[in-house]
Order: sequence, then C-alpha cells, then structure tokens
Amino acid sequence: MTAGPDAGYGPSPAGTAAEIRDAVRSGRRTAVEVCRACLDRIEAEDQRWHAFTAVFRDDALARAAAIDRERDAGEGLDRPLLGVPISIKDVICVQGKLTTAASRILDGFRPPYEATVVRRLRKAGAVIVGSTNCDEFAMGSSTEHSAYGPTRNPWDADRTPGGSSGGAAAAVAAGCGPVAIGSDTGGSIRQPAAFCGVVGLKPTYGRVSRYGLLAYASSLDQIGPVTLTVADAALLLGVLAGRDLHDATSVDRPAEGYTAALTGRADDLRVGVPRRLLEDADTGLDPDVLDAFDRALETIEAAGAVLVDIELPHAAYAVPAYYLLAPAEASSNLARYDGVRYGARAAADAGGALGDRTASPLSRMYDRTRDAGFGAEVKRRIMLGTYALSQGYYDAYYLRAQRVRRLIRGDYETVFDGGDAGAGVHAVAMPTTPTPAFRLGERIEDPLAMYLGDIFTVSANLAGLPAISVPAGLTRARLPVGLQLTGPAFDEATLLRLADVYEKTRPGEPILTPDA
Amino acid sequence: MPDRLTRDEVEKIAALAHLELTPDEVERYTPQLADILEYAARLAEVDPGADVGDATWHPGGDACPQRDDEPRPSLDRDATLANAPDGVADRRSNDGGFFRVPRVLGS
Repeated sequence: MTAGPDAGYGPSPAGTAAEIRDAVRSGRRTAVEVCRACLDRIEAEDQRWHAFTAVFRDDALARAAAIDRERDAGEGLDRPLLGVPISIKDVICVQGKLTTAASRILDGFRPPYEATVVRRLRKAGAVIVGSTNCDEFAMGSSTEHSAYGPTRNPWDADRTPGGSSGGAAAAVAAGCGPVAIGSDTGGSIRQPAAFCGVVGLKPTYGRVSRYGLLAYASSLDQIGPVTLTVADAALLLGVLAGRDLHDATSVDRPAEGYTAALTGRADDLRVGVPRRLLEDADTGLDPDVLDAFDRALETIEAAGAVLVDIELPHAAYAVPAYYLLAPAEASSNLARYDGVRYGARAAADAGGALGDRTASPLSRMYDRTRDAGFGAEVKRRIMLGTYALSQGYYDAYYLRAQRVRRLIRGDYETVFDGGDAGAGVHAVAMPTTPTPAFRLGERIEDPLAMYLGDIFTVSANLAGLPAISVPAGLTRARLPVGLQLTGPAFDEATLLRLADVYEKTRPGEPILTPDA
Repeated sequence: MPDRLTRDEVEKIAALAHLELTPDEVERYTPQLADILEYAARLAEVDPGADVGDATWHPGGDACPQRDDEPRPSLDRDATLANAPDGVADRRSNDGGFFRVPRVLGS
C-alpha cells in the first residue's frame, strides 16, 4: 500500500483527527475533499483488509457538504471533530443503517434509533463513513468470528488484526480514516490496536454511554476510540464522555479537558511494573514483546517517571474469571435474539436433528433460529454461560468468579493507593498482549489458546478501570507491539498524559506505518 | 469441582440455551467446553470462600442512578415492527401492531 504524506491521506502526521479538524476549520481543506479521500482510500484498499462491513458513501458526502456550507456561513466552527471521517464498529447502532453485529441472526436489522456515541460524534462535526467488521457480537480476539469473513492485518495480510474491534484497528492502520469507534469487553479495543500499531483507549466503566451498543457483557462493556495518536484519543474521549439518561450505568461526571491535560510532563508520575506476572511461564510472553516493553520502560523512566515494582497477585486468575463472567452475562443478553423482534427466523419445521419433537412450533422456531443464526464462538459462550449459571454449578463457577473478580479489583486498589498499604502508582504498565499478531486460523479451533492471549487486557474490564494501548515499536519480524497503561477509575487525564509523553519521546516516528 | 463435561450435559445446556445443535456441533463443542471449564477450575486456588469473600457484581458499585418515573416518548411502534421477521404494522386497526409467532401450544 502507499502510505504517508505522499498519499495525501493516510496513517501519517498529516492525517490525524486534530489536524483534519484544524484544516477544515481554517478552510485549507474542505470536509468534502477529506471525506472523498477517505472513501476513495477505503474503496482502493479495503478489498485487501476487509475492515468494513458497510460504507455510507452518499450519506457521508452529503454530510460533509453540509459541514462545508455551515463553515462558509461561519456556523459551528468550534465543533471539535469538524469534518473528521469516523467509522463505527458494527455492534453500535447507526440509525437506519444495517447493523449486523457480524452475525447472521441480525440479518436485515436497521436500528430505529441512534447510539448515543454516534449522536455525540455527529454533533461534534464528525462524518460517519461506514461500519467496521468485528467478531460476532464482539466475542473473539481475532475478527475471524465474523459471519462476513475475517479482517486481515495491514502489517501482514496472513495475520489477524486482533479483535473483536479488528476492523476498527485495521481501518485506522490502513489509513481508512484517522479514527474508528470500537467497544472493549475484555480487551477488544486495546488488543487489536496493539496488533495493528495504533492507539486504543478503553475508558473507565461508566464514562461513556453504551446506549445503542448491542450488549455482550453488560458489567464489562465499554465504548472507546481507536486513533493514530494519543492526542486524538484525548480529543475523542472529550466528545464521547458524559452522562446519558438512556444508560443507567453512565456516571454523572462531566468530561474533563483531556486535551489540555496533555502537558508533556511525566516527572511527577509513578508507574508500576508487575514483573512477577510478566515472568510467569504461563503468561507465554514472547521475547520480542518483552524486549519492546523493556525499551518502553526505559523511555518512560528517561521522561522522569519513577518505575516501581508491584505485585498483582490475582492477575493470573483474570482469564478464568473473565471467561465465566462474560459468557454468563452473554447468555442472558443474547436471549433476546430469538427470531421474533428482529433479524432472521428459521422455519419451525426446518432441519435439526436433536430437537425435542414434542416441543411447540414456537419453541422449535427459537431453537432453530438461534442455531442457524449464531456462529460457533457465540454458541460456545452462550453454553459456557448457561452452564456457569445453572443449578448445581452456579456456586462453583459463577459466584466463585465474582469473588475472584473482587480480589483482582482489590489488587489494583492497593497499587493505586497512596497510603502506607499501597504502592501509590499513577498507572500500571504491561505489554498489551503476550505475543504480536497471530496467523489467521492459528487459534480458531482452540478457544482456550485464544482466550489465554487476553491475560493482560481482561483485568481492566473486571475492575472497571481505564486502560490505553500505545504503539511500542516492532518485533524483529516487523509486527507492532503495544504498551498498555492502566490507571485508577476516572483518571483518564493522567493516563493520557503519560501515554502522550511516551508516544512523543519513544525513538522513531510517533506514528507507525505499515509499508507492506 | 465437577467431573469433566460430557456429551449429554452439552445437549442439556444447549436445550436450556435454546440452541438446537447438530450432532457434529455437540461432538466439536464438548471437548472445547470441557477444556475451558477445567481451566476455570483453578479459581478454587484463590477463592476466599463464600463466608469471607465479597463478590463484585458490577464495577459501577451502588452508583447506578435511577431516573424519575415520568412518562417519555419511546420508539415508534411501526418503525420497531418493521425490523421483525413477521411484524404486523398498522396501529390504526385492531388487526395490526404486533409480532406474529408460530403456534405456542401443541406440536
């Protein structure tokens, strides 16, 4: 692919959201020019990556033209995302557009309402250009579990972009828009961002409204941005954050001045490193990833931050806890897909070998619709969750996992605590993933191996904490590595400040560019 | 910890979850789910037990606010029915405004 400034548009310093906004605001570029460049890029490139499930060409150009007219009339110049093209993960409702969750079961579904985040983006002047591919109902770590086929990694087309927001990360890495909105239940923004060499932010639970997000695991789901730079992540969080009466879990805290928080200073910060977790053989940490991580720590230390050895004694139990709790919530949330209110319906007398012949036609329709409509990973998780919640197993699996969740959360409370008992750190640093992007098909028939790759990301969801993945260079095979920073609840401002300092002082270009 | 998951149990779970699996699917999922559950059993190593350990159900804690109980507009009925595989629109008539489903009683 062509990339960088020569392409006029792409993963380059000329194409961040803030820079596009400034160019449109000042009249150096029109929103239509920017939008058309983005749409052309998608058309030219996306056959290779399959990052998009839908492109809203006519709507986007019409919206961009309206923004240009408003700009010429001097209206709405202060909008923070003026003319910025943005894609939306296909589990978030865009009113009137097919929203598939990458599942056959939602075939033909056009939401009669708009997700709050989409409404906020439009109000901020963004142009919605399309929907991005993902694992079905956001369940997966590779975007291979999409009913519409996998997305490929722009750094190496034989590898996955990660998941579940793999389309979002691949789109930004391939220059198909500077920003993509994703969702993160166990790492689904951060892990693909790490695999594709871009920035991914999971805000604190409650910071961003989930109204219009097709729910997977409601005590864990959070919406956030995938961007080229930390500064763009700060810009986007300022737009996305805030209370929404449509989502009872969204908290009554106003968005902070995240961009203003990027002071370029980190010499007042303490950063915790859970060395014992990284050295645990079960973690399966790739030597190149560890090497990149150690170099990232040197950069952070050189910027004046103090590194502190910390313990997260229960972090190794985050994966088993997550893979009971998230499926349990999924089994409940996905009960609504039954062929009655939306999507596809199987005939009550069609197929099926194991069905209860005495069941009613309605019951047979439910069972067959769900078997035909859901893919393998969604079925596995629904069954895991059903089992963990069922009589006789509830105490041994579900309740036990909830208690371990409490311990994992307690580990973080201790390291963030500035008192005698705590380590008083402002952030915890880890690699985002134990390995770089893996090959397509490598883990598809071994779900447990796929799950174990989420070791560093699921804790932030279980504890409800904000976490960001920032590009931390490449492996010897030229695959991106992510540095993950996790902070105390509702302190995204400090997290973004530290990530921004790291991004700007890391050796090499701040934005990684695939040159395949 | 319970014994390794069996085929019969997978069929029972599938029925509870309203999934009519094919025999091939049962064959494929049984060892996969059994492996995952065996892995998850390691939680017992650190579980403080029901007498001691508090559960965390939700990272929002008790903070979930409730809105005032006031009527407000909801989704348009016909727009909502338009997404249904067998939605019967027409709010003006007694014969519309509902989701139609296969027979509930009998086989």
